[in-house]
Amino acid sequence: MANHASMAAAFIKDEARVNWHDETLWYVRHKRDLAAVKIPEWEQLRELASEIKNHTLSHLDDYLVEFEKRATENGIIVHWAVDAQEHNDIIWNLIRSNNISRVVKSKSMLTEECHLNEYLSNRGIKVVDTDLGEYIVQLREESPSHIVLPAIHLRKEDVGKTFHEHLKTEQGNSDPQYLAEAARQSMRWKFIHSEMAITGVNFAIAETGGFVVCTNEGNADMGAHAAGIHVACMGIEKIIPRTEDLGVFLRLLARSATGQPITTYSSHFHKPRRGQEMHVIIVDNGRTRQLGNPDFRNSLKCIRCAACFNTCPVYRKSGGHSYHSPVAGPIGAILNPNLNRRQNADLPFASTLCGSCSNVCPVKIDIHEQLWKWRQDLTKEGYVTKSKKAGMKGMAWILSSPARYRMAGRVVRIVLRFFPSLVPIRDLNPWYKQREMPAAPNQSFREWYLKNKK
Amino acid sequence: MNAREIILGSVAINKPAPAICPETLISSNKNRSGLIDEFIQMNRVAGGSVIETDELELIKKDINQSVKNREYFVNTISAVGQKNKDINEFSDAFSLASVHKVYMRSKLGVAENGSVWLGESDLVNRLLPFICEHLVIVLDSNSIVSNMHDAYKRIKADEEGYGVFISGPSKTADIEQSLVIGAHGPRSLLIYLV
Repeated sequence: MANHASMAAAFIKDEARVNWHDETLWYVRHKRDLAAVKIPEWEQLRELASEIKNHTLSHLDDYLVEFEKRATENGIIVHWAVDAQEHNDIIWNLIRSNNISRVVKSKSMLTEECHLNEYLSNRGIKVVDTDLGEYIVQLREESPSHIVLPAIHLRKEDVGKTFHEHLKTEQGNSDPQYLAEAARQSMRWKFIHSEMAITGVNFAIAETGGFVVCTNEGNADMGAHAAGIHVACMGIEKIIPRTEDLGVFLRLLARSATGQPITTYSSHFHKPRRGQEMHVIIVDNGRTRQLGNPDFRNSLKCIRCAACFNTCPVYRKSGGHSYHSPVAGPIGAILNPNLNRRQNADLPFASTLCGSCSNVCPVKIDIHEQLWKWRQDLTKEGYVTKSKKAGMKGMAWILSSPARYRMAGRVVRIVLRFFPSLVPIRDLNPWYKQREMPAAPNQSFREWYLKNKK
Repeated sequence: MNAREIILGSVAINKPAPAICPETLISSNKNRSGLIDEFIQMNRVAGGSVIETDELELIKKDINQSVKNREYFVNTISAVGQKNKDINEFSDAFSLASVHKVYMRSKLGVAENGSVWLGESDLVNRLLPFICEHLVIVLDSNSIVSNMHDAYKRIKADEEGYGVFISGPSKTADIEQSLVIGAHGPRSLLIYLV
């Protein structure tokens, strides 16, 4: 089965591309740092955001009910969906009962999680993803590789080729300005003709029954204000108690994501415009199960800024698709095993546990500690390969005895010195992939110390 | 049991012990002229441009120029010229698709990020500030606040059905992280600070 390691191995074959990917994401991380240090109260904001989310999760049922009540008073129709299937069915019923054929969608990781596009496509409805990055990957029949920068795995030449095929742009022209303009022209038509606009939700406010959607392109608004029906999809964890909390979260979100002080558009929806229908779908899909697990519930605080992606040395060098999930990166690696243990058991191992993700997280999720915890749980539950299990057991056997440890060190030094031809056999020594072995010292530190301690 | 009951029941069983809700009070002590400078600078960073002016004459001239150029523009500010009668909240995407320029008044600016707040009544039509090619905002320099905390003290987000913070022209960096101005919405944002 394809797993993170094997897909990452495929991704790193193109060294120039990997280096570009790595450096570009590190640059975005750097921009985040510059934005954060400009705010003297940055750490206070992170702490506040974390506390607000902790508080919200501890009263989540009350806040969901309050949100529903206020939203309904505002004229918004609120739906509830236990899982992805129910979520998709609700949208399909709206499409069918209103006899709709033209649907546009702005970025929503929840609809990716629910595989909405595929579901609707099987029923004859082709949803148009309107975020430029998502549009590019949709034309290529790929999935987004990053939750904020969906097409970050592609070079401009790839986009030029894709647009030449689908939008009839000039062959060989890969100027970003030219390509973005082509997408703008093609998309305007789709906005104007759209009958339903689907958006995500960044924050849903319990006390006012409204929700906030953030974009730089303005695509969520173009869709929502043009179409006769607006459907906003949210996980239960998107709730915040008060509008004043937005002050905290909007200051953190864009700075953490791209280093911008705020996104170009932060749109507050409270009532449908006259003559429009506005729906909100509140989705569980495994979130209440995660909420019930003290080790992992913290992950529900996530505001999807992707700072943990950009800082992660493994993500930057393995690419988003190697995580085989709508939400990749460190946060994906702790969210996805909850959705499907068997399929995603490899993800918590796609990390060096360096902890950089936890350091940049604007809501203080202990990401690296959860990765470590998932590894233990998944191993106990038997979801890791036999070779990994045997290897770990072997290591534990050696490292738990000083005599065995010393013996093992001696064996390795002898092998490195006298049988160097064994080293490059990658099945025996996976460490040798992409790495040189160190020169073997003549003696161990202990041997040296015993000789020289006087 | 329906989905609502299942979800709420499951939350009730699984939620952690009550945690307190913190106060979000964060004070700022910047002076007024510092706020204006910061607003102008942050708006530029976001791709907008700001013109400081003492009177509305400059804006009226701008509008006259639009008339001369036979541009399709929409003015929603009576103080600077005739308001359009052909555009209202029911104007649809087809009728707004060719709007070249829009003039709007904002009641609030935020220094730390160079954004302005537009409520539904400022917009006339929700689609207008997004579908136009160029957006022009008139903002009173006395209505600039320091940060988002102060902004939410001044506005009531749910007073109207819709409201938005706008910090610059529509933009994207989705192709190789190259910044392109004019993604789906306006290609420029000009703010007259009066």
